[in-house]
Amino acid sequence: MKNIALADRPVEFDVEAVRRRFPVLARMVHGRPLAYLDNGASAQRPASVIDAVDDYERRHHANIHRGVHTLSQEATALYEAARDRLVKFVNARSRHEIIFVRGTTEAINLVAQSYSRPVLEPGDEILITHLEHHANIVPWQMVCGQTGAKLVVAPMDARGEVHEDAVVALMSPRTRLFACAHVSNALGTVLPIRRLIAAAKARGITTLIDGAQAVPHMQVDVQELGCDFYAFSSHKMFGPTGVGVLYGREQLLESMPPWQGGGDMILAVTFAKTTYNALPYKFEAGTPNISGGIGLGAAVDFLLDLDRDAAERHEAALLHHATAVLTRIPELRIVGTARDKASLVSFAVAGVHPHDLGTILDEDGIAVRTGHHCAMPVMDFFKLPATARASFAFYNTFEEIDRLAAGVERARKIFA
Amino acid sequence: MEINDLYRDVILDHNRRPRNFGALEPADASVEGFNPMCGDRLTVRLKMNDDKISDIRFEGQGCAISTASASLMTEAVKGRTRAEALRLFDRVHELLTDDAAPPADELGKLAALSGVREYPARVKCASLCWHTLASALRSSDPHVLPTVTTE
Repeated sequence: MKNIALADRPVEFDVEAVRRRFPVLARMVHGRPLAYLDNGASAQRPASVIDAVDDYERRHHANIHRGVHTLSQEATALYEAARDRLVKFVNARSRHEIIFVRGTTEAINLVAQSYSRPVLEPGDEILITHLEHHANIVPWQMVCGQTGAKLVVAPMDARGEVHEDAVVALMSPRTRLFACAHVSNALGTVLPIRRLIAAAKARGITTLIDGAQAVPHMQVDVQELGCDFYAFSSHKMFGPTGVGVLYGREQLLESMPPWQGGGDMILAVTFAKTTYNALPYKFEAGTPNISGGIGLGAAVDFLLDLDRDAAERHEAALLHHATAVLTRIPELRIVGTARDKASLVSFAVAGVHPHDLGTILDEDGIAVRTGHHCAMPVMDFFKLPATARASFAFYNTFEEIDRLAAGVERARKIFA
Repeated sequence: MEINDLYRDVILDHNRRPRNFGALEPADASVEGFNPMCGDRLTVRLKMNDDKISDIRFEGQGCAISTASASLMTEAVKGRTRAEALRLFDRVHELLTDDAAPPADELGKLAALSGVREYPARVKCASLCWHTLASALRSSDPHVLPTVTTE
């Protein structure tokens, strides 16, 4: 965690101006201003995203890649323009490397089934880490079950950090793929993925990064990272739900068979043989989430337009403040204390179950996530059934964090 | 709706000092309940004397609503017949989900759970133990029972 005093900030981040661009942040919940601290589950959308979807629905909707009529051409142009923005957003080499999917979960399943399943042999290994989201565990368990390959799990320490040497020690001649989170959704840990990817590459191991929790917080350059696959979801980066992206290195994507068959992924079909379409369409069977893709494009525009360095500094300051005020609360334990952390705090309060805490905070208009965060192995590691998690975005304020701390104190009094 | 109406004194008391909490050996039936949404888990164990619940205990971990509901339930059904306990389950279910239902007299202390129905996300917390109990009572061979979940 970076310790940044307010006075040191080179450019003041105008959080009020940013908040005005998100209509929902003006609403009241139970008579109190909404304090939305559940961005790790799903972030809110700026008006520009809502407007882009609305404009498409009102004026341009038709199926894409099919019609010669005006609306179909307009819809196709809008959807494909969103893909071009995503190329820029993660610095892919070309639009062939940006596959639209339903979200991070589908992206990982696609790689497990289309890339890994055909090449895995009994005794081969898939390496992941202990802090993964279920979406980066279960697809690999499934493909291991189908092929006889083995799932190997690299440990984390009591801070919730994953260390390079511990991961590298488990990279064996049988390791076919290494998959890990860029940022842990349950703990906030930022993993040392540059070094992990480099170590995997040096051993000829394919790499997949689950970037769902990273893209809203930091700029990602897939060429600089050097990973083979990078997966993320629209709705965690201020776009609509039901759409996401699999970035894949073109050479690998070319070598992979299609995952699902149907329309849009073909060039020609006879009952004897089908000729598959070129990238990226080979992996995009069926009519996609067109409005979602267009909305995601608008979310990328929003982020590219934002001063992301200033936003990151603001988020670091929010994390610093939250850590400080929550640490002062007796009986509160912060779960996940990695030195490099994204802007979220998972915590447990002795005597107050997270679920009760969530209800009490909601009465104060404060939205947090409570539960196992789809990371049950992480909860087992810390011997907790659940935690409360406050996850911040650049539009959150210090005052909202103070309200969170006051709400936690109130809950402690109720259960004292 | 006031938060104090959800967390009434009876609920807070049974959360702090759950009654009939712990193991019951040997038991005639043991069923595990699981709420995958929040990770709550509890085990309900019964001793039957013919058709009567002669003893009942629970253990596990859950939120205040789930713990208090299980504690209140064990007090309410001990000494009751299978049919009486299942009838009480129906009354509690009504209490938790039906705004129009006046609290039935037979509910006794269980009426303290009525605040839960204003919090739809928490109804499963209160009903998990009851579904678990009902599964044990309805089974002809309670020794071979699947885990009950709220989903």
